Amino acid sequence: MLSFVSAHSPLLAIVIPLISAPLCMLFGNRTVAFTISTLAVAASFALSIYLLWWVKDGTVLSYHIGGWAPPLGIEYRVDTANAFVLLIVSAMGLLTLPYARTSITDEIDENHHTLFYACYMLCFTGLMGVTITGDAFNVFVFLEISSLSTYVLVALGAKKDKRALSAAYDYLVLGTIGATFFVIGLGFIYMATGTLNMVDLSQRLPAISDSRTVRAGFALIVIGMGLKVAVYPLHRWLPGAYTYSPSAVSVFLASTATKVALYVIIRFMFSVYSARFGFEAVTFQYVILPLALVAMFGASFVAVYQINLKRMLAYSSVSQIGYMLLGLSLLNVEGVSGAFVHMFNHAMTKGALFMAVGAIVFRTGSAMLPNMAGLGKQMPWTSAAIVIGGLSLIGVPSSAGFVSKWVLMSAAFERDWWLIAFLIVGSSLIAVVYVWRVIEVLYLQQPNKDVVVKEAPLSLLVPTWILIITTLWFGLHADFAIGFATTAAENLIQGGFGGKEVIILGVESR
Amino acid sequence: MFEWLHPALVYLAGAFLLPFVPNGKARASLILLVPLIGLIPLLTMPYGETLQFTLFGETLTTFRLDRLSFVFSLIFSLAAFLSLLYAWHVRDTMQQVAALAYAGSAIGAALAGDLITLFVWWEGTAIASVFLIWARRTEGSYNTGMRYLIIQIASGVVLLAGAAIHYRETGSLAFDKLSLEGVGAWFILLSFGIKCAFPLLHNWLQDSYPAATVTGTVILSAFTTKLAVYALARGFAGTDFLIPIGAAMTLFPIFYAVIENDLRRVLTYSLNNQLGFMVVGIGVGSELAINGTAAHAFSHILYKALLFMSVGAVLYRTGTAKGSELGGLYKTMPWTMVFCVIGAASISAFPLFSGFISKSMILSAAAKDGHYITWLILLFASAGVFHHSGIKIPYFAFFAHDSGKRPAEAPWNMLLAMGLTAFLCIAIGVWPNALYSILPFDVKYNPYTSTHVITQFQLLFFSAIAFGTLMRTGIYPPELKSVNLDTDWTYRKMLPAVLGFVILFVSAVWSELARGATNSALAIRDTLAKFYGPEGRVAQVQPTGYMVLWLAILLGAALFVNLVGLP
Repeated sequence: MLSFVSAHSPLLAIVIPLISAPLCMLFGNRTVAFTISTLAVAASFALSIYLLWWVKDGTVLSYHIGGWAPPLGIEYRVDTANAFVLLIVSAMGLLTLPYARTSITDEIDENHHTLFYACYMLCFTGLMGVTITGDAFNVFVFLEISSLSTYVLVALGAKKDKRALSAAYDYLVLGTIGATFFVIGLGFIYMATGTLNMVDLSQRLPAISDSRTVRAGFALIVIGMGLKVAVYPLHRWLPGAYTYSPSAVSVFLASTATKVALYVIIRFMFSVYSARFGFEAVTFQYVILPLALVAMFGASFVAVYQINLKRMLAYSSVSQIGYMLLGLSLLNVEGVSGAFVHMFNHAMTKGALFMAVGAIVFRTGSAMLPNMAGLGKQMPWTSAAIVIGGLSLIGVPSSAGFVSKWVLMSAAFERDWWLIAFLIVGSSLIAVVYVWRVIEVLYLQQPNKDVVVKEAPLSLLVPTWILIITTLWFGLHADFAIGFATTAAENLIQGGFGGKEVIILGVESR
Repeated sequence: MFEWLHPALVYLAGAFLLPFVPNGKARASLILLVPLIGLIPLLTMPYGETLQFTLFGETLTTFRLDRLSFVFSLIFSLAAFLSLLYAWHVRDTMQQVAALAYAGSAIGAALAGDLITLFVWWEGTAIASVFLIWARRTEGSYNTGMRYLIIQIASGVVLLAGAAIHYRETGSLAFDKLSLEGVGAWFILLSFGIKCAFPLLHNWLQDSYPAATVTGTVILSAFTTKLAVYALARGFAGTDFLIPIGAAMTLFPIFYAVIENDLRRVLTYSLNNQLGFMVVGIGVGSELAINGTAAHAFSHILYKALLFMSVGAVLYRTGTAKGSELGGLYKTMPWTMVFCVIGAASISAFPLFSGFISKSMILSAAAKDGHYITWLILLFASAGVFHHSGIKIPYFAFFAHDSGKRPAEAPWNMLLAMGLTAFLCIAIGVWPNALYSILPFDVKYNPYTSTHVITQFQLLFFSAIAFGTLMRTGIYPPELKSVNLDTDWTYRKMLPAVLGFVILFVSAVWSELARGATNSALAIRDTLAKFYGPEGRVAQVQPTGYMVLWLAILLGAALFVNLVGLP
């Protein structure tokens, strides 16, 4: 049994949540649906840890689906980079579920609860699949699975605020255009190489890297995925989607969806294409880097002026994505590992913050800052979580946010880009402003005497505080994330699908 | 036995647990235990670096005990105890927590062995202390606190930037003597300078300290600036240009102190001036000078706290600290008066009081290394200190013309705190060797030579005579009562004219600059809001087509750079 699980672990991590989605619908009972999905995500999480532990030293696992050898068959390929992302996604997925069980009672109609769990599981499966697969077209398939279910999840927020519908519609139109760009890009490289397997592509592309088809394919892939990442100014779907969707959906999307899309860009940038291609370096230096910088400042400024806390956090996410893109644009090991570390840290931090805001919404029914005056006294644990999460967002030492900013700054210094390093600090200062505004409202303003607000229920507080504590823990024990990120970045920078040895799985199952 | 116990953590644990203890005498007494427990590891641990841990492959040292850090953390602990005793009657949880966290952060910073740890505590002092200002809970104190916080946080950010650059340059995060050859060290120096209230970086001090609560000011006066002095002494001892900076610091606050009416503000100016002595000592950098700086910081914390305590007691009882509204209080607050005079005598460096035995070390060190001009400036500044702190404070508060106020004597806990502090001031002055023996270096120094004592008495007597004469003859209008207490009468004619102009000019320029800065900050805010505000262009929810256009533009750009092939 164990050896079976071990041999099929990459596949099981995807298939278990995939099967659980229709099961949720079939049983049609929300308690059962919750139990099924939690068990499935927990299994997926355990398998992710197992996979990460397996590949942490740079080993690569290649799983042949149905025993069909790539490039003909579809391959799941696990290395340090995507095992790390798998861990982020499954951990956040697991923490969000118990939170969601309580938070959706208020936000979603009861007869839609099983639909919520089904879509949640599909979204989860899609994100995990995008991450694990080694087949370029399979990326598109899983991406659509996760996107379509995300549109539904966002639209479920319509019970509280009808604007969720238009946000979902916007996201649908734009997301589809992004995905189309991506698939057109894939079409271009398929046309040029005749293969869709990533390893195969990486071996064939260097010979024809001068071809305009290949180059245009790259531009389409990066811009199409860029929309999913919410590269400034392609971020406009994001604030609406995060603001109006149910709290649990905001938590899950904010901490995983953009990260996975960014991982796809990284995978195509370094593994399928190669950082040695001149046109790629140029694209990142002249297109992505300036946009990353604009995001770091522009989106932060917008966040400063928001009065809806969820919207503020959403804009803050856009600016934080700027940091990750900045790390990639540096095209060195420190920069790429900085991007990975920041993915990890930002997933925890933003997840915790959205959870805390969701708890406030659960109790007061509103995410508007003016309605939160003096909540620091009435909801001390939730407010304290917001403070600590905010500090991590700023990058105060001993929080996780500091670690990633430190790595990114070192990366900028490494390339002697002093100005960039200063800009990183400068934009953190804007974060001080918007975080401070929240703290001021929570603690320094007089509460509304007529309204008595209770502290959030434990089912919301516990997941929030687990994330807060991990934020602090990984702020002090930075070696965990940095270790994986550096191994991943070293392999990626080498180009292709490097790594120490390749272990082939799934063949004997024929 | 206590190697796992970090003094700063004792304070933080205290601050954390405090709210769970019922508010009242029990809690107020428990607070007093915290500094005493915090002293245990300080006094029992051997010198060395402990409590280290690793972050990104760098070893961080949170507990570095050597002679320099010992002196400072010892006096910080004492000051914490005394000011908490003084604040025993306060029942405000926010102030209690802030005071403990603040003192703990200062001690943590003094014990930090690397720049990152230093930074953490450095910001800790900033964040904890601002609540002592906000504790007044007025609109004014809120705004003041905000300005204070911004400056303090900025100082920390500059420190972090400096640390990062320094790390790139040298590969070391250790907080030892820093060489000014690298860019990083300059940033670090700037950050220390802000906290140490260097000239032109000093305004936060006079802005914020008088705005805090009665007890808050006492606590504030002890830590932030002396922490900066410690950091300078650790990192930049012997940096020549600190001497003129320090000299300027001793000089210019005197003139402001003279024309100031709010006695707590007078004391902050004099605080600034005393820091100048320490900075000069650091700039000279010899063993004697560093000893002098440490000793002066030690005695200064005590007598400055004593002065703030006595003025605070007056403020507590009468509701004002304005010189013009006070007077004649000696009749009903005799003990406070006595303690105030002891503090005044100490700051004026009367022989047998603490200021004498520490300040003369710095003066001797400056003279010994041939900084004669500096020596003269310091001498002049000493006379100035005597007149604005030594005479003006007690005179206006307790004597002068009778204001008719008959307040009760200060509460017992204030009297006890003042009494203990006063005792320490005298004890240090009488038995200086106890203090000398814990200073950073083994240097034999005797402050009680006949030259010293006679010079000092000349200075003091002439100042006193001048003051007495002026008061008798009634030459000086009440609001300028004590302008001219300088040693030489010629200054009397020149200084008012020159200084009046200088002061007017400087304050006019300063307020213009401040107004301009405020205005442009507002303008910038409004402009930004126009673009980024909820209604602004950048934040608006645009139709979907607009974003598709962006998508097309970006794709075009990406294709362009891809295909054209930029270098």
